[in-house]
Amino acid sequence: MATEGLGLEITELRLGLPGGGGGGEKKEKKRVFFDILGGDDGGGGDGKNGNTGVAVGWPPVCSYRKRAIIKMYVKVSMDGAPFLRKIDMSGFKGYSDFVRALENLFGLGDECEYTPIYEDEDGDWMLVGDVPWEMFTETCKRLRMKKRV
Amino acid sequence: MTYSFPEEVLEHVFSFLTSQNDRNAASLVCRTWYEMERWCRKRIFVGNCYAVNPRVLIRRFPEVKAVELKGKPHFADFNLVPEGWGGFVYPWIVEFARVYPWLEEIRLKRMVVTDECLEIVSKAFRNFKVLILSSCEGFSTDGLAAVAANCRNLRVLDLRECEVEELSGHWLSHFPDSFTSLESLNIACLSLEVSFSALERLVSRSPNLKTLRLNRTVPLEKISKLLQRAPQLADFGTGAYSAEIRPDVYSSLQEAFSGCKKLKSLSGFWDVVPAYLPAVFPVCSQLTYLNLSYATTQSPDLIKVISQCHNLQRLVVLDYIEDMGLDTVAVTCKDLRELVVFPSDPFVADANVLLTEEGLVSVSQGCSKLQSVLYFCRQMSNSALISISKNRPNLTCFRLCILEPRAPDYLTFEPLDVGFGSIVENCKELTRLSMSGLLTDRVFEYIGKHAKKLDMLSVAFAGDSDLGLHHVLSGCESLRKLEIRDCPFGDKALLANASKLLTMRSLWMSSCFVSFGACKLLGQKMPGLNVEVIDERENLNLLPENAPVEKVYIYRTVSGQRLDMPDFVRIMGKDKNGVYNLL
Repeated sequence: MATEGLGLEITELRLGLPGGGGGGEKKEKKRVFFDILGGDDGGGGDGKNGNTGVAVGWPPVCSYRKRAIIKMYVKVSMDGAPFLRKIDMSGFKGYSDFVRALENLFGLGDECEYTPIYEDEDGDWMLVGDVPWEMFTETCKRLRMKKRV
Repeated sequence: MTYSFPEEVLEHVFSFLTSQNDRNAASLVCRTWYEMERWCRKRIFVGNCYAVNPRVLIRRFPEVKAVELKGKPHFADFNLVPEGWGGFVYPWIVEFARVYPWLEEIRLKRMVVTDECLEIVSKAFRNFKVLILSSCEGFSTDGLAAVAANCRNLRVLDLRECEVEELSGHWLSHFPDSFTSLESLNIACLSLEVSFSALERLVSRSPNLKTLRLNRTVPLEKISKLLQRAPQLADFGTGAYSAEIRPDVYSSLQEAFSGCKKLKSLSGFWDVVPAYLPAVFPVCSQLTYLNLSYATTQSPDLIKVISQCHNLQRLVVLDYIEDMGLDTVAVTCKDLRELVVFPSDPFVADANVLLTEEGLVSVSQGCSKLQSVLYFCRQMSNSALISISKNRPNLTCFRLCILEPRAPDYLTFEPLDVGFGSIVENCKELTRLSMSGLLTDRVFEYIGKHAKKLDMLSVAFAGDSDLGLHHVLSGCESLRKLEIRDCPFGDKALLANASKLLTMRSLWMSSCFVSFGACKLLGQKMPGLNVEVIDERENLNLLPENAPVEKVYIYRTVSGQRLDMPDFVRIMGKDKNGVYNLL
């Protein structure tokens, strides 16, 4: 509702170097995984996605309570795996423990042949780690561990 | 000819003034009273840590024993304030350590507290007694270990909904064996296990322990042991309330609860196994506070407990209680003052529970002392709101969250203006209001006209134009805190009511239509305000003056510019080097 430009910035991806495994929620947007999709150098997302009507921080339930009570199970598929898993998004404080849990789910080591991507409210496949953690938990519909080519 | 009281008499009289507002008023009477009062003020409350700075505080009040500070704005609870914004308590702690060696109490809310801060606190204040950290972050269990190890006279350690970096559960074991002064311990927000034997020994050697709120990891089977050691407890929070169903565990639990004759507050109840709920029946009739908001258990089980709580004054529960459960509350809890109903599944549009506006109407009818409401639901009507306002004109706090933004009256599809209008018109003592649903400028007209005692207003996805904001700023005489998100309010109302902002603690506006230009102008014209533009976009300098800012946080201050701002926070309209000291 404020400016139209913001909606586009959220979906633009940047090329970058492999991250050091830090959480995506830091202001410097440290990359967690190697980018698989190229794109123009977009501006940092502000955490608001005007296009789909998903608003950060709505309904006003504080994160402490969200973690404790709300179950946000999403399906996770992995390229080559015969069946899917489910993971509860509300149980994590940020990207670092979440990514670790994803890796544990499929018994993946540090080599990281897989990149986690997720389907958002619009049905677009996005790289995990770009948007603030809370916004990610609210907009992620399903996950996929995509094998790096 | 003036006569003056001897100083000792004045000091004695002032000792009866406990409210800070009263003391502030007394200070304004004359120079003598100002001087007298400032030397004997022991308790300080700073509602916005950036409204003043440590130096100003310690210069005026040299003999402080208790300090309470608040940092981030309320909307930080919902992740609207980016990480790194501020609220650092460190500079305050350093000054207190230097000047107030006899400081006894520190209460902090929404502040960033580091381990270093906690270490200083633990060592600088020899008679330190009370540490309450509410929604704080930035520290780890190492900081807690320092507090445990060094604060010989600690009475209260209360961590309310803090984000703690948990390195280990050993910190609790740092309380020395000689430490026996504990009165209140709240570790409910911690997720790591603490040593149960250390906990048990601590409880055993704390004869004055009145409050004990455990964390989720303390198993149900061990609770009876703790309760037996502390039958004098007035406030108890369980850990996870689940275990294999065993009669011996059940009976010792029930017996332990029976032994707590002074128990008035009960909370915890994570992962409830309903079969164990009746163990609390012996204390239900004593309870004045019951928090079942982590109990994901269905209405019938909740009703069995609540129907015995005849003396309940405050109830916090999930929407699993449903309308039926609230009917029980209306019939049973005749002394109820406060009702809080949280959503169990807020991110799903479809209702998972049978909780509607009717539950709230029912409680408003049956509970004549009801003053405070926080209610999450999926549907509301004007007629329900009107009923509530007529049933309960004594409401002082009404916070309603309809999950779907801009949801209209579900019966008539009209906006909820008239309903909320009725609330402010009938509830003349209303001091806090949060609104939701479909609302036009009309509702703000009602608020400006009637809500004369309103102190805090929260608005989201509401209004049509600047007129809405103007009604509130020009009409609400007692307004001190206004927080707005996603409303079409822009520059006009803000600039037209600039002087109003000096009478308020703060104004928050995010995802509205306030422009850079207006923020700059406001900052320039009003030296007594900090107009903080919080905007994480890159290339901000390339945006035109009339472009809307992401977020603006405006607050009055005597301290001038902050010196600890991250790069996404700019204080508008002030010289880069201008640090005003308006005292």
